[in-house]
Amino acid sequence: MPEIPAVAHERGHHHHHHPAALAHHFEDLGQQSEAATLGMWVFLVTEVLFFGGLFTAYSIYRAWYPDAFAVASHELDITLGATNTAVLITSSLTMALAVHAAQLGERGKVLIFLALTMVLGAAFLGIKSVEYYEKFVEHHVPGPNFQFDEKYFKNAQIFFSLYFVMTGLHALHMIIGLGIMTWMFIWSWNGTITREYSNPIEVSGLYWHFVDIVWIFLFPLLYLIGRHVHV
Amino acid sequence: MPSRTALLPPHHYLNDGYGITSWLLTRDHKRIALLYLAGVTFFFFVGGAFAVLIRLELATPAGDLVNDETYNKLFTMHGVMMVFFFLIPAIPSVLGNFLIPIMIGAKDLAFPKLNLASWYIYVIGSLFTLYAIVSGGLDTGWTFYTPFSTIASTSNVIPAALGIFITGFSSILTGLNFIVTIHRMRAPGLTWFRLPLFIWSHYATSLIMVLGTPVIAITIIMVAADRLFHFGIFDPAVGGDPVLFQHLFWFYSHPAVYIMILPAMGVISELVAAFCRKQVFGYTFVAFASLGIAVLGFLVWGHHMFVAGQSVYAALVFSILSFLVAIPSAVKVFNWTATMYKGSIAWETPMLYAIGFIGLFTIGGLTGLFLAAVGLDVHVTDTYFIVAHFHYIMVGGTIMAYLGGLHYWWPKISGRLYNERMAKVSAVIIFIGFNLTFFPQFLLGYLGMPRRYHAYPPEFQVLNVLSSAGASILGVGYLIPMVYLMWSLRYGKLAGSNPWGAVGLEWNTTSPPPTANFAETPIVTWAAYEYPTTVEGHVA
Amino acid sequence: MAARVDSLYFFLIGLTVFFSLLIAGLIVTYAVRFRRRTPDSIGAVIHGGLMLEVTWSVIPFLITMGIFFWGASVFVAMSRPPDQTLNVYVVGKQWMWKFQHLDGQREINELHVPVGRAVKLIMTSEDVIHDVYVPAFRVKADVIPGRYTHLWFEPTKPGTYHLFCAEYCGTRHSGMIGQIVVMEPNDYQSWLSGGTEEGSLASAGQKLFADLACNTCHRPDAQGRGPVLQNLFGKTVELASGERVVVDEAYIRESILNPMAKVTLGFQPIMPTFQGLVNEEGLLELIEYVKSLKQDNPNAQ
Repeated sequence: MPEIPAVAHERGHHHHHHPAALAHHFEDLGQQSEAATLGMWVFLVTEVLFFGGLFTAYSIYRAWYPDAFAVASHELDITLGATNTAVLITSSLTMALAVHAAQLGERGKVLIFLALTMVLGAAFLGIKSVEYYEKFVEHHVPGPNFQFDEKYFKNAQIFFSLYFVMTGLHALHMIIGLGIMTWMFIWSWNGTITREYSNPIEVSGLYWHFVDIVWIFLFPLLYLIGRHVHV
Repeated sequence: MPSRTALLPPHHYLNDGYGITSWLLTRDHKRIALLYLAGVTFFFFVGGAFAVLIRLELATPAGDLVNDETYNKLFTMHGVMMVFFFLIPAIPSVLGNFLIPIMIGAKDLAFPKLNLASWYIYVIGSLFTLYAIVSGGLDTGWTFYTPFSTIASTSNVIPAALGIFITGFSSILTGLNFIVTIHRMRAPGLTWFRLPLFIWSHYATSLIMVLGTPVIAITIIMVAADRLFHFGIFDPAVGGDPVLFQHLFWFYSHPAVYIMILPAMGVISELVAAFCRKQVFGYTFVAFASLGIAVLGFLVWGHHMFVAGQSVYAALVFSILSFLVAIPSAVKVFNWTATMYKGSIAWETPMLYAIGFIGLFTIGGLTGLFLAAVGLDVHVTDTYFIVAHFHYIMVGGTIMAYLGGLHYWWPKISGRLYNERMAKVSAVIIFIGFNLTFFPQFLLGYLGMPRRYHAYPPEFQVLNVLSSAGASILGVGYLIPMVYLMWSLRYGKLAGSNPWGAVGLEWNTTSPPPTANFAETPIVTWAAYEYPTTVEGHVA
Repeated sequence: MAARVDSLYFFLIGLTVFFSLLIAGLIVTYAVRFRRRTPDSIGAVIHGGLMLEVTWSVIPFLITMGIFFWGASVFVAMSRPPDQTLNVYVVGKQWMWKFQHLDGQREINELHVPVGRAVKLIMTSEDVIHDVYVPAFRVKADVIPGRYTHLWFEPTKPGTYHLFCAEYCGTRHSGMIGQIVVMEPNDYQSWLSGGTEEGSLASAGQKLFADLACNTCHRPDAQGRGPVLQNLFGKTVELASGERVVVDEAYIRESILNPMAKVTLGFQPIMPTFQGLVNEEGLLELIEYVKSLKQDNPNAQ
């Protein structure tokens, strides 16, 4: 084992130049980027488990009350839901284009595509608010004011409870995503993001794609139950 | 061994900046570890105070010290404080945070700012929970089963649940940080199978933190939605299933107990190796046993629900898996014992704690077999047998390992030695107090005393009195280390870089270490616990 | 049955003592025999031994599997009541136990049963989860709102035995206790006959069946809009969804409270829900009435 001096001293950073973006505890940008990417993937795994609890509850209750779920599902606005799906998928496209542009160091394109992604994300949230308002007006929000066809009254409440928690949690993630995009926009604007240091955009892209994928599961499970069958 | 010429290094992490902001805005994993140390110690004593009141009440059969509502709040808050604010964070966030970068030859964790954020999240979560305590308390039990927690309880469920929810993110982010650090920041030459077993255990623990904690987080959201907005996800009146809550809750909370024990096992591996001056016997098996426990730990949650109305088939599946998860733990106990064979064994305080751990964990773990046997679990579940079982593991196991680790690495953390005689005496007092408190509870449970009972039939009194007597001894035992450890910070002998003559990267740097941990990044060419075999067997 | 639980328990105690002493003994022996003699000495260089690892993995595996089968067989026996049981309905609520014998006897916090007969408790809760625990009989089962759970026991000795609620349920959880009074058969008979005039659960159920107008759709002559209930209990029926279910207490309860959940094949989903119109006791009475509807039962309409 190597001998150690009785007294240790701090090693200065002054004798080699390193990129401004490199944090001091990393050896080089490569290690830093790999760490950030791995970190985001681990975080997304936690998110899968997070939403997973809700998908589990949903699966169980849908298996128990298929008819109530189908009837309740038909009360959701499929046009708005489908539009939102298209909006979100397009935003993933613009996000991927932003990542690509960042990797090529094309600042202008990065800004445009980030802005488009944010506009589409905001549109999603806007459409979602319209849907929520509709549900509120129709007394489909579970709780003391809930009103529904007497036959399915009880179990439809469970459907709507899950609907609101699942889409609400998803919307919260979208809002956080918009915050991250704003941050990335600022960094792209002020030159922090360069061709050498495009990793933050990549990592933000991973997050955005994940939020999109969650919606791609939510949409059919919530909006498309038994749509071809008339109850 | 303590060097007669030990000096404090002129620059180390403790004097690298003074003032409150240098601590509250630090990114140094070592300082963050000490911030956590302050937090977990505080919550340990808060939870301990509740325990004292519980045991005082239970010394007599009648509910005469406090009324039943208060008692229900006491055991609830004891559980919440101890589980979420002490046992889950203690070893990982104090010892893990301090040691993981050093043990792998890194300058810090992968995400130092996230590490600091994790501490703030822990503190904010704890403030919500403390608010819940002081503004009336929580009475749902730490397990907050529905529909009692969603419909019937009139206590501060929402603030407490929110507090636990928030603190859960501290756990998730810590686990995430550890995983990325261990994957990406090992020093050159430090391959996976050269890592100390402390790292393997914390890696396995981090997998659980990252995969399990989100499930309880979402479960808490559903409980809050039910309670605040009357959603009905767990309400039988609209077709919701209260037992679904139990599945979701225990899906996290069983792996959570492995979050509490795996780091402790990692500490024990280090202590046994150091105080026998020998490689841990069966290193590879111990490393894989940690991973095995983490994986199997996710498959056994239903053993908390054998009488909850599951199907017989489900119960049998969970039973057989629960037996399987015992085996890697047994393998570790055998390996530690085998390590002692032909070791060079020193009876210093950390080793006393390690030996205490092995004995008490063995007993506690074997009582787990009683519970995995379904036919027997029916009788003892929800009785004091369960209380005794988990306290043997969590207190006789985890807390002893935590104290052992704290004593072992105290010289590294503080640069000082504590009073060895007082430390040994405390360890013995704790051991005696612990057994006197919890052993009678096995008997109480088999005789039929249910848990969470404020008053009980008189025939259970004798055993309860023994248990309460033990608790008072245990309480004293826990207070003494506070005294001599604090005292050592100012007046303790200087330790030098390697007071124990152990091997490990942490002993290759000064005590206390510099902020960047090492003067130069080490390059590792040796196996873990490889004690040099020079002619005299001399240790550097 | 309790004896089987105890034998498993004592075996496990023996096992625990054995292994604890083994480990403790080895540790103490090694700690003494291999104590550090000089400050510089180190331990022997031993990496491990595959045979040893395999041995001490396989042996615990075999032992634990043995315990599993033992515990499982006890559990399966506990979960399967014999065919002939004396049934008692139990309703738990904060913070008391209500027992209902089939012949109408009602008890609060105390249950009288005869020695030597298998007793099955069919249980539900009115509010939160409770648990019936009788330590002397080594039985325990959660009592859940919205569902029926059951446990069974066969008392072998007359006496009075503790009954505890063993699932935390709020303020007076530790006060939700009672007793099981096991009597000689003769004493039990005399106790029964000193009962109330209310009549059996089934006859109360018959009255409720008429009061709630169930009989307008559920007619014995298959002319009604609802399924015939005669001889229905215990049979397997096919549902509109294609599933098959057994007509048990839980099915009847669900059909009354949530009729849309499991509609019988061949019938329209038009039964209204009786949620809020009938309480837990009423449900038990209706269930007992349906159970009593046999071909030759003069009560059939």
